[in-house]
Parts: sequence; structure tokens; C-alpha cells
Amino acid sequence: MSRHDVIEIRFHGRGGQGAVTAANILVAAAWRSGLWGQAFPFFGAERRGAPVMAFARLSKKRVMVHSMIRHPDIVVVLDPKLPELVNVLDGLKPGGKVVINSPAPPKLKKDSYGIYYVDATKIALELGLVLAGWPLVNTPMLGALAKVVGLPIENVKEAIIDYIGKKGGELNAKAAERAYNEVKAYE
Amino acid sequence: MHVVIKPLTGNYAVAWAVKLARVRVVSAYPITPQTTIVEKISEFVEKGEMDAKMIRVESEHSALAAVYGAASGGVRAFTATSSHGLMYMSEMLWWVAGARVPLVMAIVTRTMGPPWNIWTDHSDFLSQRDTGWLMMFAEHNQEVLDSIIQLFRITEDPRVFLPGMVALDAFILSHTTEPVNIPDQSLVDSFLPERRQPYVFRAGEPITMGNIPSNLEEQMRMRWDIHESLEAAKKVIAEVDQEWSKLTGRSYGGLIDCYKCSDAKYFIVGAGAWVGDMREATDLLRSEGYKVGLVKIRYVRPFPSEELASVLKNAKGVIVFDRAVSPGSAGPMYLDVATHLAAQSVRVPIKNVLAGLAGVDVTYEDIAGIVKSFVNELESKGTISKYIEWYFG
Repeated sequence: MSRHDVIEIRFHGRGGQGAVTAANILVAAAWRSGLWGQAFPFFGAERRGAPVMAFARLSKKRVMVHSMIRHPDIVVVLDPKLPELVNVLDGLKPGGKVVINSPAPPKLKKDSYGIYYVDATKIALELGLVLAGWPLVNTPMLGALAKVVGLPIENVKEAIIDYIGKKGGELNAKAAERAYNEVKAYE
Repeated sequence: MHVVIKPLTGNYAVAWAVKLARVRVVSAYPITPQTTIVEKISEFVEKGEMDAKMIRVESEHSALAAVYGAASGGVRAFTATSSHGLMYMSEMLWWVAGARVPLVMAIVTRTMGPPWNIWTDHSDFLSQRDTGWLMMFAEHNQEVLDSIIQLFRITEDPRVFLPGMVALDAFILSHTTEPVNIPDQSLVDSFLPERRQPYVFRAGEPITMGNIPSNLEEQMRMRWDIHESLEAAKKVIAEVDQEWSKLTGRSYGGLIDCYKCSDAKYFIVGAGAWVGDMREATDLLRSEGYKVGLVKIRYVRPFPSEELASVLKNAKGVIVFDRAVSPGSAGPMYLDVATHLAAQSVRVPIKNVLAGLAGVDVTYEDIAGIVKSFVNELESKGTISKYIEWYFG
């Protein structure tokens, strides 16, 4: 963990993909794992499909600061095409990590960052996790992130079911677990 | 006792507190970033988890008028707004305070236009400081929840009998999720007695309110009495903080909270969510050898004059951060701090920093940098060259 043992995370998604929900569930999963969490959306007008961001902090102690995250330790990218539209590496700390939804090793320079990828879209489609025509990639990406930051997957699954409810929650939890097991480091 | 800790946004923390306080009437008009407070309360009511009436209205002016009516009729009532909504409501704020009707309002602090902007600063909230309401700032979501419950108790105390508002910063609290301990309903019931208020409007017992005064001095005495009751509220606020602490283990210090003050020579003074960043700045400055302490102002009305004087009486320098300005004068918080310290013969250089207006992000590094220059200048020259300074980042 970095300064004062705080991990700062930025999520990149598209409006409607559930980046904010993922960040909120992360706080609940962190709490179950004995960590303090804080999550907040990017404060702008959001439109379905447009690039959006959400943020989270994880810490062993209560997080006191409420200002923006400018230099994240980790970025999570929910849509494989987003790096073509926005600079997802903006402000990422040297040695920082990228966790991206991608079927193959992504075209991101990996020399100064740790890159992790998982095909969250495929997981969602295979599990029938589709809403209004969109595969739900936020919960599998949360599973992948849990692997990278070292959160126990059981806590993530419980947090997902608690947040979404038993009905849809169990399928989302399953997707998170698959991504947790399938996420790969781009060596 | 069963402890429930849920990740809640600041706005949801407000809604939970309102539910736990057994509020019976809620009326509000939606405005970003207040909206999700009322949405959550509607959901509680709709699901039958909260026995309350939601009154839909066409404006903020009517929203406060409606809850004022409900509260006059003898029930706990609540509303919430932000920014331009608060301005539109302003006339009713005076009315409710003047009528001495206890009720509670949440203000999700948002800057004033033009131009149109939904981000936080404290211009809306602090512009209402002369109305006669109790006014307090919360620093984080737990304090939001606890303070709303406490404020029902304080406003309904016969020594006070005035309305009160809680400020929470737009987005950086209102839409930020943090773990929040939700107290048991039985705990809140034991803490909040049956509603008390100076008089109740009842059908069949007509009284008139607010007629033209036959005696002008009587009206002036009414204004004096609001002032006296706010002074008396200081003791009530401290008592309530202690009692809440006994029940929950959480104390916020009453009117002010001090951080690393005991051996400090220089003091940061601030209010609202950025106090958390000021704590981090204080830690950073301490690690570099600066003897800095932090005073968080919780209550701006009543203003903690004696409490501040007692903490700051031996200070070598005080730096007050304002997220609002009274153009042509200075920051509202600074004006209060400087006046009340001078009146109690506390002679100390006091600097005013105007920062974070219009939602400009201020980090703990920004704050530490500003404080460092202040201390360095005072130590090298013994005086400050600019006592009001704008910081744009």
C-alpha cells in the first residue's frame, strides 16, 4: 500500500455500465475484509454510453480526505475500447496497475505498469448476465480487481449479493468469482 | 447490541437519520445534489418502513412552508435543499425561526450561480446565518447521520425551541459512499423523547400568528430571545454530544473539535468535509516539524466564541479557511473568528484563506502548502503581509 497505506483506484466505464456501483460494492467488500473504503462518482452530467469515471480509496485506517484522486495506484477499465477514447493511464502512479476488460493482452505500454486483463464481456455473456442489451461487466471486473488488490473473493461475493439482492446477486457473484480466477497478468 | 454498518452516501445517511428520528412529515422540491435524500425517504415510506407523509410541492418556498405547518401541528418534520433552492426558501427560514417552531433541514451545500454549477462550496449555507436557525457542518457521513438525530433533540429542547440545519458538502459527502454505523431504532427512541414544542396548532383551538405588532419593543424582544436561546443552546449541544457518546461511543466535541491542539502554536480553523483533508495536512506538517493544530468548527450558529478563545488564547498564529466570501469584506467564518477572539482580548495574527469556492478541489497538499507559507512568514517576519488571500490552486 502507498502513502499512509491508502490504495487509490479509478474506474473507467461508460455511462450505464455500472462503474459507480462497482466502486460502491468495493466499499462493502473492503469493510467485510477489515478495511475502510470510500467511493465516489465523477461529478458531472452522465449520459448512457459516454465515458465516465468513478473512484475509490481502500485503507487499513479510516479515510479522512474527501478531495479528488489525481494519481491513482490502480485503474480499472470496464470497456476494451475506452483506451482509444480517453487516456486511461492519466496520472497513474509509476509502478501502478491497470485491470482491463479485454479478451487478449491489451495495447497498453506495459514497461512502467502492471497490466492485468480478463474477458469480462465473455463471462457476462456466457452467464446470461445481460441487461437492456448490455453485458454486465462491472461485477466481473470487481472480481478481477479483488484478485489484484488481494481482497478475499468470498467477501466480494457476499457484498455483491447484499447490494444487488439474492435474485440477481448470485449470478453477479458467480461472474465475479470467474473473473477472479481467470484474470491474467500481461507478462 | 446489534451493530449494523452499511456503506452509505451522505444523502442516504440523512435519509436513515430522518427515518430513525420517526419524522412524520417530509416535504421537498428536488434539486441536485439534494435529490437522493428525498428519493430514499420516499422509498422508505413507499415500502412501509417509515410511517410518514410525503408532501409534493411546486417550490422550495412551499416545501418549508408545508413542513412548518406540519411541525406547528405537533409532529416531527423535515426538509432538504441546496443552493438556489435555499435562496428561494429564504423568506420562510425567517418565518420558522421567528415562530420558534423546531424542525430540521439538511442543506447539501452547493455553490451559487451564475454560472450554473452543482459543485460544493459554503456560499448558500452561510448566507443564511442571520435567520436565527441552529447551523452546523458535518465532516463525514457518520457525523451527518449522528448530527441529524442530535439536532432533533437539541431543537426540541425547551431551552432552545428553534429550527436547525445540518450542512453536508455536495458530492464529496452527499454522493460519497463510506461505512456508516446505523444505530438501533431502540437506541434512537431512548435518546429522542416525545416531541416537545412551545405551542401546537389544533383544529378547534384557533390562534393567530404573525400579526402586526402593537408593541414594537415586544418584537425586538422576540429577536433578542432568539439570540439568548442560541446562546443557551451551547450548553444543550454539549450535553447532547455527551449523552450520544455514552450511547454510541461517538463524540464530536459539541461546538468544536480539536485535533493535535494541546501543544500546537499555529492553528488551522475550518468547517465541513475538507476538515478531513485538513487533518491529513496537519499530520503532514507535524511530520515536518511544524507545531500545527486543527480546530474544526461544527456549529456556526450558535458561534463557539468562548470555546475558540480558550483553545486559541496562546496561539502564535491562526489561519481560517473559508469556502465562501462576503465580497467586499472577507470570508464569513473569518469575520466571526476574528470578531470573537478580539472581543475576548485574544491578540493573535489571523489570516483568512478563501479557497475551494465554486467546487474547486483542494487537497491536503494544497492546505499544507498554504499553512507552511503562513507559518514561515510569521516566524521570519513576525507579521503577515496579506491577511486575506485567495487561493486558486
